[in-house]
Amino acid sequence: MIPEIEELYQEVILDHSRRPRNFGELPDAAVLVHGDNPACGDEINLAVKFDTSGGLQDIKFTGRGCAISQASASLMTMKLKGKSREEVLEMLHAFHDLVTNETNEAPKKLGDLRVMRGVRNFPLRVKCAMLAWRAVEQALEQGVGEAIVSTEPA
Amino acid sequence: MHKIAASTIDWDAVRGDFPILRERAHGHPLIYLDSAATSQKPRAVIEALRNFYEHENANVHRGLHTLSTRATEAYEKARRRVAEYIGAASADEIVFTRGTTESINLVAQAWGGKFIRQGDVILLTVMEHHSNLVPWQLLAERTGARLRFVPVLDDGTLDLDQLSSLLTPEVKLFAFTHISNSLGTINPVANLCAKAHAVGVLALVDAAQSVGHLPINVRELGCDFLAFSGHKMCGPTGIGALYARAEILDSMPPYHGGGEMIVSVTLEKTTFKKAPHRFEAGTPNVAGAIGLAAAIDYLEQIGRPAIFEHDSQLARYAAERLTELPGTRVFGPTDERGALVGFVMDAAHPHDLTTFADQYGLAMRGGHHCNQPLMRRFGVSGTTRASFYFYNTMEEIDRMIEILQAAVRFFS
Ligand SMILES: Cc1ncc(COP(=O)(O)O)c(C=O)c1O
Repeated sequence: MIPEIEELYQEVILDHSRRPRNFGELPDAAVLVHGDNPACGDEINLAVKFDTSGGLQDIKFTGRGCAISQASASLMTMKLKGKSREEVLEMLHAFHDLVTNETNEAPKKLGDLRVMRGVRNFPLRVKCAMLAWRAVEQALEQGVGEAIVSTEPA
Repeated sequence: MHKIAASTIDWDAVRGDFPILRERAHGHPLIYLDSAATSQKPRAVIEALRNFYEHENANVHRGLHTLSTRATEAYEKARRRVAEYIGAASADEIVFTRGTTESINLVAQAWGGKFIRQGDVILLTVMEHHSNLVPWQLLAERTGARLRFVPVLDDGTLDLDQLSSLLTPEVKLFAFTHISNSLGTINPVANLCAKAHAVGVLALVDAAQSVGHLPINVRELGCDFLAFSGHKMCGPTGIGALYARAEILDSMPPYHGGGEMIVSVTLEKTTFKKAPHRFEAGTPNVAGAIGLAAAIDYLEQIGRPAIFEHDSQLARYAAERLTELPGTRVFGPTDERGALVGFVMDAAHPHDLTTFADQYGLAMRGGHHCNQPLMRRFGVSGTTRASFYFYNTMEEIDRMIEILQAAVRFFS
């Protein structure tokens, strides 16, 4: 098997894409974000419930798309549940750096998300990895109600 | 060596005419199955571009010096070559454009701007490439015209039973693709044009996927407009053509304004040249036109009937082999198809498949192929597409199947 493929599609990623965690509806969500990647047709519906201090009390998603976008969403929801607003934003930037930067650093705080680092070798797939994160960013910004976000701003 | 029937042609030698096919990708021999996006270029075309820049380059229709005369002659000769290639009555019916997209936009703006009124209808089909949809949406917005669509059946063919009820008196133009770039469907162009003409409707054919693959004669097809791109038929990028019947072209106002398209200009008023020069404002893509003519020479040496025979054999073989794979859905007609096959596999999303394949040197395309409404019609967000040209081989398709089998094992 080819090393770049093994690095991109690590077993953890394939597992999350086949059996995404936190997949489903969140009936009492405060905000619902529909994210899409029109270039690929990837879609995500991200539902978020906040705690009293604005942290992510619960987060779930539904969607369809490539293995990278689905696994990224699944891993992200696991990581972000229970995190404060600041932690989420910090994680967002660290994750973006992880999948785009040439440097080999993978900050410890990203934990399991570090399995996504193989994406950096595939510039065209960065948007797939970032879709769920764009949605959560939008959810924080919006706070309440429904929103849409796209990887291709109109 | 290049003769008429596909069986007598030395296709290996033909393949040798394409230097890029010796490239490697990720350490593997390149298997280029993305010719529907753009074809590769034979040495003859690359040499023609080089020869032009080394021996003939000058602006056209302007200078009176030697090089300008040479460049102008070569450019106008290229126009005659294109006219012959598609069976146009005269070179004056050929406008050089940047490609299919610009050709269709030219018709929508110049012809549509003059002849389309509120309440008129442009008839399209659900299988159109965005470049034969968006220009008409823009025209409809500007004029208050409406769009109407011939549906696509499950087997990827047009629902022709609906055609007569769709061709009502408000319809002014029927614009449709010759070969679908996602399904491979070959539409019955002559029949469609005849049906349109029978009720006084003009017909525009998007020949992007057909003009390099099968014989085309605009007078036999009976179309009023034909649009195509050079880069999908062994020519350079940035050059293509619009064919329009002389009478129609002459009735159309200019498209872009500028140099090259005028007879005389005062500060207040301009008189325009006649067609086709009226539609070619500014310095044209001279080298591109010459490269396109070289591509035509090259294709005609092999012969389009042989090319079609070879390519459709590859496409049929690929479609057959693909249906052997578990959880695979192949789109488009099963009998006759153009040189491509679109499919989806349960095991992996088109983007994962194409990323995977690329690591083995196999170039395919995954996505919506500028056919979003058609993808929606078939309930998918995208497909994987393998597309072929006469330089591809059965062995490459066998290799594609092996790689896809490996992908199924890897992703399931
Ligand atoms: C059927 C069809 N129409 C139009 C186009 C647009 O061609 P171009 O991008 O060369 O203008 C394409 C190619 O992408 C096509 O396949």
